[in-house]
Amino acid sequence: MTNDLDALESQSIFILREAFNRIDKIAMLWSIGKDSNVLLWLTRKAFFGHVPFPIVHVDTSYKIPEMIEFRDRVAREWKLPLIVGGNKAALDGGMHPSRGRVTCCGALKTEPLKQIIREHGFTGVIVGIRRDEEGTRAKERVFSPRTEAAEWDFKDQPPEFWDQFKTDFAPGTHLRIHPLLHWGELDVWRYIERENIPVVDLYFARNGRRYRSLGCAPCTGTVESNATTVAEIIEELQTTRVSERAGRAQDKESEDAFERLRAQGYM
Amino acid sequence: MNAFTRESAFRIVIVGHVDHGKSTLVGRLLHETGTLPVGKVESLRKVCEKRGMPFEWAFVMDALQAERDQGITIDTAQILFHTDRRPYVIIDAPGHKEFLKNMITGAASADAAVLVIDAIEGVQEQSRRHGYLLHLLGLRQLAVVVNKMDAVGYAQDRFEEVATEIRAYLADIGVTPTQVIPAAARHGDNIVAQSGKMPWYHGPTVTQVLDGFAPRVESTSLPLRFPVQDVFKFDHRRIVAGRVESGRIRVGDRLLFSPSGKTARVSSIETWNAPAAPSSAGAGQSIGIMLDEQVFIERGQIASHVEDAPVGTDVFRARLFWLGRAPLSVGRRYKMKLVTAEHWVTVEAIERVIDVNDLAAVPTEWVERNAVAEVVFRSRGQVALDEFVDDPKTGRFVLVDNFDIVGGGVISMAGFPDRRCRPDSADNDLTAVAHQVTTADRNRANGHASGILWLTGLSGSGKSTIAMELERRLFAKGRQVFVLDGDNVRQGLCADLGFSAEDRAENIRRVGEVAHLFAQSGMIVIAAFISPYRADRDRVRAIAPGLFHEIHVKAPLELCQRRDPKGLYLKARQGAIAEFTGVSAPYEPPLRPELEIDTGRLSIEESVDLIMRYIDRESVRGEAVGMAHPDVSL
Repeated sequence: MTNDLDALESQSIFILREAFNRIDKIAMLWSIGKDSNVLLWLTRKAFFGHVPFPIVHVDTSYKIPEMIEFRDRVAREWKLPLIVGGNKAALDGGMHPSRGRVTCCGALKTEPLKQIIREHGFTGVIVGIRRDEEGTRAKERVFSPRTEAAEWDFKDQPPEFWDQFKTDFAPGTHLRIHPLLHWGELDVWRYIERENIPVVDLYFARNGRRYRSLGCAPCTGTVESNATTVAEIIEELQTTRVSERAGRAQDKESEDAFERLRAQGYM
Repeated sequence: MNAFTRESAFRIVIVGHVDHGKSTLVGRLLHETGTLPVGKVESLRKVCEKRGMPFEWAFVMDALQAERDQGITIDTAQILFHTDRRPYVIIDAPGHKEFLKNMITGAASADAAVLVIDAIEGVQEQSRRHGYLLHLLGLRQLAVVVNKMDAVGYAQDRFEEVATEIRAYLADIGVTPTQVIPAAARHGDNIVAQSGKMPWYHGPTVTQVLDGFAPRVESTSLPLRFPVQDVFKFDHRRIVAGRVESGRIRVGDRLLFSPSGKTARVSSIETWNAPAAPSSAGAGQSIGIMLDEQVFIERGQIASHVEDAPVGTDVFRARLFWLGRAPLSVGRRYKMKLVTAEHWVTVEAIERVIDVNDLAAVPTEWVERNAVAEVVFRSRGQVALDEFVDDPKTGRFVLVDNFDIVGGGVISMAGFPDRRCRPDSADNDLTAVAHQVTTADRNRANGHASGILWLTGLSGSGKSTIAMELERRLFAKGRQVFVLDGDNVRQGLCADLGFSAEDRAENIRRVGEVAHLFAQSGMIVIAAFISPYRADRDRVRAIAPGLFHEIHVKAPLELCQRRDPKGLYLKARQGAIAEFTGVSAPYEPPLRPELEIDTGRLSIEESVDLIMRYIDRESVRGEAVGMAHPDVSL
């Protein structure tokens, strides 16, 4: 192994190939953020230029417009088998973060995701979360089972060691697969730099502020920054002590906001 | 710092008994090294105030509500941090016995471990269990932190007491801690900076010890092991995908796939979006290769170099930890996952369960949840594997029951032969000898049919005595008969073989071939061999179909030891003979022998009578020994 990025990459490719081989029907979730762009890139590496499963984007309709433009351009250029989902009924009913951010996330992200899983009969969904993002994600498994109702039983997770993942499960349940779990935020940016992976411009500073994490416009804020290139972001991250999800409002509604979201099936 | 080259994060697991302060140590470590984001300590302070409790460092890692409510760690968590020396992943493992599966989940991927022990409580059950399991998992670097020194007034005597106790336990399992550190994690004593409250301690602090652990080395120097993960046919290329677990693979290498035995050469290493095609790949790399021949390859096969192949076997021994809710028991079948291969295995024997407290071996029929045991497994077909000491990656496995991973084990082949080294079939260029005289012609001339009477059993069970008497009586009846016995073949034909498991297997293979030739020549062959392995006897049966008659000469081990006609049991007990069947090496009794002779109850005379009657009966059926031609009578 030549360096740490090669090691991270090889581990992710191993996980992606395990998921593809062991799970009947899988799909990958694409949030348009930097992590899921890296995940797409790793998929093309793992399968020698091919993307052998559908790519799912859950559109809340509140995404920052540049994100949707980016999605459509990359999907066209990379010929991605894209599925776009959303919760039209909830939106028609006026769902908005003002009804409570956790409620809104549940209705516009978790619900449509569950619906797509049901509709297409997916038994596994690949998601680009990382342990270093947040306390409950730090406790995740690489192959993480969800109940029929998409719930995460975080109090009784399966053992997972020696890269032997839980690939046998009762009918009705499904898996979340996390190939980036072992990456750090800095690793992601260093890999983007090395591989020249496209990201949305929103990550780069304009007028002294930039997005560090991308989400819906009403709930995602910017952080102070002068980083206008990937190299400058890497530089910045080596000294910052601000947390990555500092700009994400839904995490902070209460002590257990994120735990509740995730237990119900949020990513 | 160059953005592209960094050392991989060093993985440290924090283990120990429940409530000895593991999560507190981690929280404090992150704080002292400036890893926590701005506002984290403030927000935790508020959380603690709201809960009406003093500030709790453990909440950094114990993020789940249930963990905070109960004040314990339920699941393992991982967090990145770095010292000036290098980046780290800290893995916090739960100490409660109930969550052992989570502890193993955390510890199995670590490069080194820190065992935390409460200075007041001292060494407790989970301190020992965790120490034992770390060793079983193959972790060789361990430091001990004697925590909560503030609660014992920073007293040196108490520290020495605890340190002596844990050092003694670890020494018993073959582990020497790199350091035992007195600390008070809550107050930051000896975490990063030397504490002024324990001037009697001159050793390194926790972070200094972490920085001193030797970095992980990828196992590129070991023999090549490349388990097939998948075979892709996305376009015109047929790519064999997988991760190199050990060693190095090069374009042009001739690969042997085990256990199928297929071979082919590596024609290329395929990539996507890479500047140049690589000519080799080493341990840890996920790659795809193309082969020069269209051989049938599937997931689970392990590719190696031809001259350095993994062991091939259908039986192996494992030291395992059991996590299943239902106990493991003899006769139960589980799905075994070993790298990318899956095999069905049956528990053949539970040799001992190890009490982690006093390391005593307990004989038992069951292995309960969270226990450690030594178990013999048998698989249906041949499995490719390595001994854990030779190659950890292909020397370990997990067991699956229903939908769950219920245990993990590390492999030892002590007492069992590698069945791969010997060719099972002749070279394809050979053609069968075409005799002008058939075995049937010979039988007609001899007036009886031929066959192999294979006597198997423990040393001292009476095989040789019975064989000689049987030979005398058959000869007296005019039969062409000859005894093959360990003593006559080992003086010549097998003089180059010793008594290792492999040599024993080869001895029986040769005897089987010779017995087959004898039988084809019209002889009745009496083969008297301990032949302890079922697979060896089954192979003789397979090469001589219809001619092989397995006779189990049975006597209780104690009786055989009392008889001890050659004084071998005595020597074995004195340690002069290693791997002696029944004493220090296994005997696998036949499952469905043609005949069983209990020499514990029968005299030699009666035993031989029984075999003579068997021969008569078989010849009435017109098959095999003494069989055989309608116009030939016995």
